[in-house]
Amino acid sequence: MASTYLTKSKSFIIHTLKSKLHYTTRTSHFTNSLFHHRLLHTLSPLPPVPKHANYYSIGKDYVARRSHATTSASSQINQLPVESPSSQILDFPGGKVKFTKNMIFTSNSTEERVNCYRVLDDNGQPFTDDIDLLKINKELALKMYTNMVTLEVMDTVFYESQRQGRISFYATTTGEEAINIASAAALDNNDFVFPQYREPGALLWRGFTLQEFANQLFGNKHEYGKGRQMPVHYGSRKHNYITVASTVATQIPHAVGAAYSLKMEKQDSCVITYFGDGGTSTGDFHAALNFAAVLEVPVIFFCRNNGWAISTPVNEQFRSDGVVVRGKAYGVPSIRIDGNDALAIYNAVCEARKLAINEQTPVLIEALTYRAGHHTTSDDSTRYRSVDEIERWKGDQNPVKRLKKWIESKGWWDNVAESEYRSNIRKQVAQAIQVAEQIEKPPVADMFNDVYDVPPRNLNEQEAFVRKTVKKHREDYPADVPL
Amino acid sequence: MASLIIQRIGAATSFDTNNNFDRRSLSGRKSGFLVVRSDGAKITTGLKPIGSRTHHLVTNAVATKPGNSAASTASKSGHEILLFDALREGLEEEMDRDARVCVMGEDVGHYGGSYKVTKGLAPKYGDLRVLDTPIAENAFTGMGIGAAMTGLRPIIEGMNMGFLLLAFNQISNNCGMLHYTSGGQFKIPVVIRGPGGVGRQLGAEHSQRLESYFQSIPGIQMVACSTPYNAKGLMKAAIRSDNPVILFEHVLLYNLKETIPDEEYVLNLEEAEMVRPGQHVTILTYSRMRYHVMQAAKTLVNKGYDPEVIDIRSLKPFDLHMIGNSVKKTHRVLIVEECMRTGGIGASLTAAINENFQDYLDAPIVCLSSQDVPTPYAGTLEEWTVVQPPQIVAAVEQLCK
Repeated sequence: MASTYLTKSKSFIIHTLKSKLHYTTRTSHFTNSLFHHRLLHTLSPLPPVPKHANYYSIGKDYVARRSHATTSASSQINQLPVESPSSQILDFPGGKVKFTKNMIFTSNSTEERVNCYRVLDDNGQPFTDDIDLLKINKELALKMYTNMVTLEVMDTVFYESQRQGRISFYATTTGEEAINIASAAALDNNDFVFPQYREPGALLWRGFTLQEFANQLFGNKHEYGKGRQMPVHYGSRKHNYITVASTVATQIPHAVGAAYSLKMEKQDSCVITYFGDGGTSTGDFHAALNFAAVLEVPVIFFCRNNGWAISTPVNEQFRSDGVVVRGKAYGVPSIRIDGNDALAIYNAVCEARKLAINEQTPVLIEALTYRAGHHTTSDDSTRYRSVDEIERWKGDQNPVKRLKKWIESKGWWDNVAESEYRSNIRKQVAQAIQVAEQIEKPPVADMFNDVYDVPPRNLNEQEAFVRKTVKKHREDYPADVPL
Repeated sequence: MASLIIQRIGAATSFDTNNNFDRRSLSGRKSGFLVVRSDGAKITTGLKPIGSRTHHLVTNAVATKPGNSAASTASKSGHEILLFDALREGLEEEMDRDARVCVMGEDVGHYGGSYKVTKGLAPKYGDLRVLDTPIAENAFTGMGIGAAMTGLRPIIEGMNMGFLLLAFNQISNNCGMLHYTSGGQFKIPVVIRGPGGVGRQLGAEHSQRLESYFQSIPGIQMVACSTPYNAKGLMKAAIRSDNPVILFEHVLLYNLKETIPDEEYVLNLEEAEMVRPGQHVTILTYSRMRYHVMQAAKTLVNKGYDPEVIDIRSLKPFDLHMIGNSVKKTHRVLIVEECMRTGGIGASLTAAINENFQDYLDAPIVCLSSQDVPTPYAGTLEEWTVVQPPQIVAAVEQLCK
């Protein structure tokens, strides 16, 4: 596999994927032609693509998938008339474009979809003979696997505890354990993480303990958020994991801002932000991608396309070929990967990180996966999708199982180790819950602190009023909240 | 006067209808009273004489003649400067002082900003530190918040305050909240600034008064500048503050000229400004309306009134200390604002004063605001939506009867 970088950005991924994306040919004009093509569709119809594409390279992808004459019966690029490019050009503020006499609208159909990168097949066996892609040693593989198992067990036990009424709310990451752990494994601990809310695995990988997770869920006085946010809205400054906010996709522009600050201070790290398929419909997503491309900042946009946004399936969320093509539209190097394949995720994020930092460019990764659990504990997904579908994805496609098959085939793991590990973790989580439940809740003062750096007079007055009221009617207020 | 609404809170109290201005003492709290004879001459007993103001009145909303504000009389030397330049000076001083300060917004870079507040900064600091952004207020506000959380101190410029409505989600749900919800782990020292208010025929969408919408958001501070002196001081204070601060400028005030001190100064974000001490009535105002009030004050003085004018400057939180002291002295309050009647700064201020100083009031608080209509384009109609000096004079006369 050619692993030579082209100096002028963006091309490494294209090179690596040459054999996979069968229609990518030449890439040396990547930057220029992409630049041209940004404006093409706004000015004049796209030029027809010659059979032997030696022409607009990445634009050709764009053209190949979209350039279909709406009136003609043919929908294959090979059937478009061969024509030598016009010698007349339009010298426009956005770049030079060539004219054509053919009026061709791009198609709204997406028959040819971007291919998906994977390393391990459904049976956990390498999909390719190229062992370079499996550059993971035993220690790393086991660390990834055990973290994925911990995440899986943690989710199950915490979910159960919500059902039992011990915590008020929970959201599982069932089915997305590989995304959570493998992406974090490929990053450095100094890289900022701007999560959505389904990525506690990144915290787990960085050393957040089960007790710290449990404390946040119970909102007790030891949790870093001081009891102010909902369960699963973790945040930890020392782990460079920004506090989760419930608003969808607002973290995406934040990530661009953080990447901008890294660029200003010339740091050798990057930013990663996660979001789902639903989040890509928001204004914040589009504007942030556009900004990141224009500003040339080192941010990885990681989309967990898990098929569902609560009850909205992806074909009701967008009509584009998923999310990966949106990156292309904004001039962001993009890739589609198998989100249930831990090794593929690891490889892709490694390369994305290198690209982002060395070439100061954003990167978009669309990981195809499945949300095997409910949206949250407030949801029963069997109401809008079949139990069969859920079970199918919990089967062979399950990321934990697939990685397990691979490490077992390497002789690094077995069923004895598995059951031992699982029962151990289960005990630890249960213990953490018990401990967290007993700890005191944050005091009333924490309701008024941190609104500003120093509480202003009106907040002090309001706090005094609350204290007075609570003292007067102590029996009406919870006994475990200190004043 | 057809378009003006005067608000009265509570039952109307009776006033003397003759020309004597009689301030009633309330259960012995005040000593002495002021009597104004019908010929306009004043007799005072035990109170400071009226001529004890320390600065001139500024009489025109877009005044070009220099006026000295109280605080700047202390300095020996100074330089004349226009308001937009004062903002720029403050910004530049802070950018020199702290390398983490950066600016982002539309056309702030090489264009120098739509109102020239960032003129010359991009050539000096580079176009990464003075960043031109694409047109997406939600995104660059979010960007500023993310950059602030990871160590920078951005200043986010809205080309017009009204455009920041697009960034409301980021400002309310993230900017105001993340310091709190993260348990104090991440701070957001941003300054969000831009021109707002009714201009000269800018149309309804460009004449918004965002302070009414933003005032409820917990976690942010709001200040409004009105003179070159306080513009520079507030800008510097806002940048140095670790809290998110929204600095409201006014489209029509950018060309005000004033002499400001040469030496460095920073103002307090939570303090109001005593524009003109007085005895008869407290007039609370901010931003452009300060100038309409001062113009009316001139007329009022000629008619024998002695208004105390306070530019509240700090819109969130209110400087109830200075306001309270003034109310305790004059017992009558008139609020003059540019916000709409419903839910404006005046509405909140009325509630706050009533709650805290009700015992000191001799009359219900009067609040003059703009009407609840989108700002019309036609010049005469636009003029009528904004409180004008004759209305202020009439309100004071009514209040002091």
